[in-house]
Amino acid sequence: MTMDLLKGVSNCLGPLVVASGEFRGDVTVEVPKARIAEVLARLRDDPNLAYDFLVDLFGVDNLDLYEKAAKPKKKTEGEGDAAEEPKPAGPPPPRFEVIYLLLSLSTNRRLHVKVRVPEDDLSVPSVTGLWKAATWPEREVYDMFGIRFPGHPDLRRLLMWDEFPAHPLRKDYPLEGRGEERILRYE
Amino acid sequence: MEAYTGSGWLLTRLEQLVNWGRKRSPWPLPYGTACCGIEMMCALASGYDMARFGAERPSFSPRQADVLIEAGTITKKMTPILRRIYDQMAEPKWVIAMGACACSGGVFRTYSTLQGIDHVIPVDVYVPGCPPRPEGLLFALLKIMDKIDMEHPLRGEISSLVEGK
Amino acid sequence: MVNECVVNAGHSTGDYVTINIGPSHPAMHGTLRVIAQTDGETVVKADPEIGYLHRGVEKLGEHLTYHQFIPITDRLNYCSAIANNVSYEMAVEKLMGLEVPEKAQLIRVIMTELARIADHQVLVGILGVDLGAFTPFFYLIIQREEIYEIFEWYNGARLTNTFGRIGGVEADLPDDFDARWRELRPNLFKAIDETDKLLTHNRIWMDRTIGVTAFSPEDALAWGFTGPCLRACGVKRDLRKDEPYGLYDRFTFDVPIGKNGDVFDRYMIRMKEMEESIKIIDQAYAMYQEMAPDAPLMAKVPKVIKPPVGEVYHATEAPNGELGFFIKSDGSDKPYRIKIRPPCYMVYQAFPELVKGEMIADLIACLSSLNVIAGELDR
Repeated sequence: MTMDLLKGVSNCLGPLVVASGEFRGDVTVEVPKARIAEVLARLRDDPNLAYDFLVDLFGVDNLDLYEKAAKPKKKTEGEGDAAEEPKPAGPPPPRFEVIYLLLSLSTNRRLHVKVRVPEDDLSVPSVTGLWKAATWPEREVYDMFGIRFPGHPDLRRLLMWDEFPAHPLRKDYPLEGRGEERILRYE
Repeated sequence: MEAYTGSGWLLTRLEQLVNWGRKRSPWPLPYGTACCGIEMMCALASGYDMARFGAERPSFSPRQADVLIEAGTITKKMTPILRRIYDQMAEPKWVIAMGACACSGGVFRTYSTLQGIDHVIPVDVYVPGCPPRPEGLLFALLKIMDKIDMEHPLRGEISSLVEGK
Repeated sequence: MVNECVVNAGHSTGDYVTINIGPSHPAMHGTLRVIAQTDGETVVKADPEIGYLHRGVEKLGEHLTYHQFIPITDRLNYCSAIANNVSYEMAVEKLMGLEVPEKAQLIRVIMTELARIADHQVLVGILGVDLGAFTPFFYLIIQREEIYEIFEWYNGARLTNTFGRIGGVEADLPDDFDARWRELRPNLFKAIDETDKLLTHNRIWMDRTIGVTAFSPEDALAWGFTGPCLRACGVKRDLRKDEPYGLYDRFTFDVPIGKNGDVFDRYMIRMKEMEESIKIIDQAYAMYQEMAPDAPLMAKVPKVIKPPVGEVYHATEAPNGELGFFIKSDGSDKPYRIKIRPPCYMVYQAFPELVKGEMIADLIACLSSLNVIAGELDR
């Protein structure tokens, strides 16, 4: 079943699929970041796939994975991200990922769509035009990772207060924070 | 006592009378932010019925409240609001820190959680537990009552009268 | 007529009043804040602000082992902690590729459905309180205490249960579950019935809820609604039916749906779902009784859980809707990234759309009927 799904997705997207994988029945496809809105629109409007429901979208910071992969000379073999770069030379791999979880209400099948975001270009086109459900998740990714979404109607911090200086879910941010306090003001 | 009431007289110390009045009507400000708020609801509702102890009217306005029951986690984003609510309450006021998060931050030792509300406001009774049972909250209320009994509410006023201020 | 005159007197002057509601407000359930622009008493624009209970759960998850994270999931939706526990455990089991014994799954179903009833009871009770009907709250909370007693006597905790383990459950149902359930069951029906009599056909209740903040199914899907709020709009979608996980494909139960997606429908869905949950518990308990008393409760799980490298997403039908856990593992004993997909997060972001053009009093009713739990909203 997952093979059918992968075939259908690659038929629909063609060369836009950079990489694809399957783990425990969850199918993931990776697409170029600049064309994410087009990809999701195609997946939504394709009559066979009909991924018409955005379940969630969120960011992942791969900093620790790359550091771990760079340190020991031999790493346990695994699929996907960690074992992807055999040689340490060359430009560093994109640090962040944004993952879109899609669901087809008619066939009840799910798909993960992944884009990679390098640290020097922290922006992904917004998909709020396709699904309004992306409004808060994109704000949250901006809040937690600092990734911007051009085209978002109202990109502000969501969970932390406005003056908060860092992006807490990045891997280089300590769990207990850096002592940020919200200042008491009687406005 | 009955012998005196017949003639319309009751002798007591004024301080004790004031304390008795305060003690028997500790109107709570239920400030439930998280899980403990649900247990606080149970304590206020049928079954545990906090109204038995004079906490008859949950006062959602800080101006009319006597006891601030802080039930739940206070995040750093919430800290200024908690401080402001405390400042808005009229004296005399007491604070119950309900639950591990309010006492010490609990399991959430993270960047966004305040590690105990006593960093921002004074606390009279701590109730540990995650969350504490409603009985724990009732016991804390009884402790507040004991504390009220030991106070001298008029001491300042009388001494200022004596000194002629 | 009279109402219309009063409310619309002096409209369209462009002079809007901005009202701040919350975060400490009796109707805002603790930590929610809405900044509403009003024209007279009509809401022109509402801007919810969240994050007042952001405790850093996802970051904390990256620093705890897989087992240590189970108690943290209790504190997401604290009205039905068990549903969260089970959802997280199933996600880890999917990541590990574990097969959970049938008896453990039946115990999970029984406990999850009890938690669902408790959650819906809180919602209906609080909705009544927010609309000025205090009595149903007391009726429902008495029965909820009995459910809590079952939880306490099985898990040792009333509210934050930390139910189950990765790969199964920790203990069998105690011997006198039969007696307790037989005592509780009629009382639950009685409480639902009494609440139904007090509210459903009550003129005041109907006026305050029918047609208030109605939502179309297309909008609801675009905004990512799941669970009772989506079913109230008339979309028949329940993960227990559509993507059956655990043993849910073996039970017969109905998925109640509404018509208009208004506050009344959301209330009715919850009332009916409580009865459906009782049906499921009956069937699950009958199946449980047929199991051998020494049937295994745990799959073969290593002491230290080290899943293979990979990422999975698993969703279950929590009382509020689709609760999903995305777990990315790097092969170590701690998750590399945990993302929780809370159901009420998606529902609450549509709040400005829902309340546009409604009264301020209806804003309170709408918020209450969405069952926004700050713990899982902000995480």
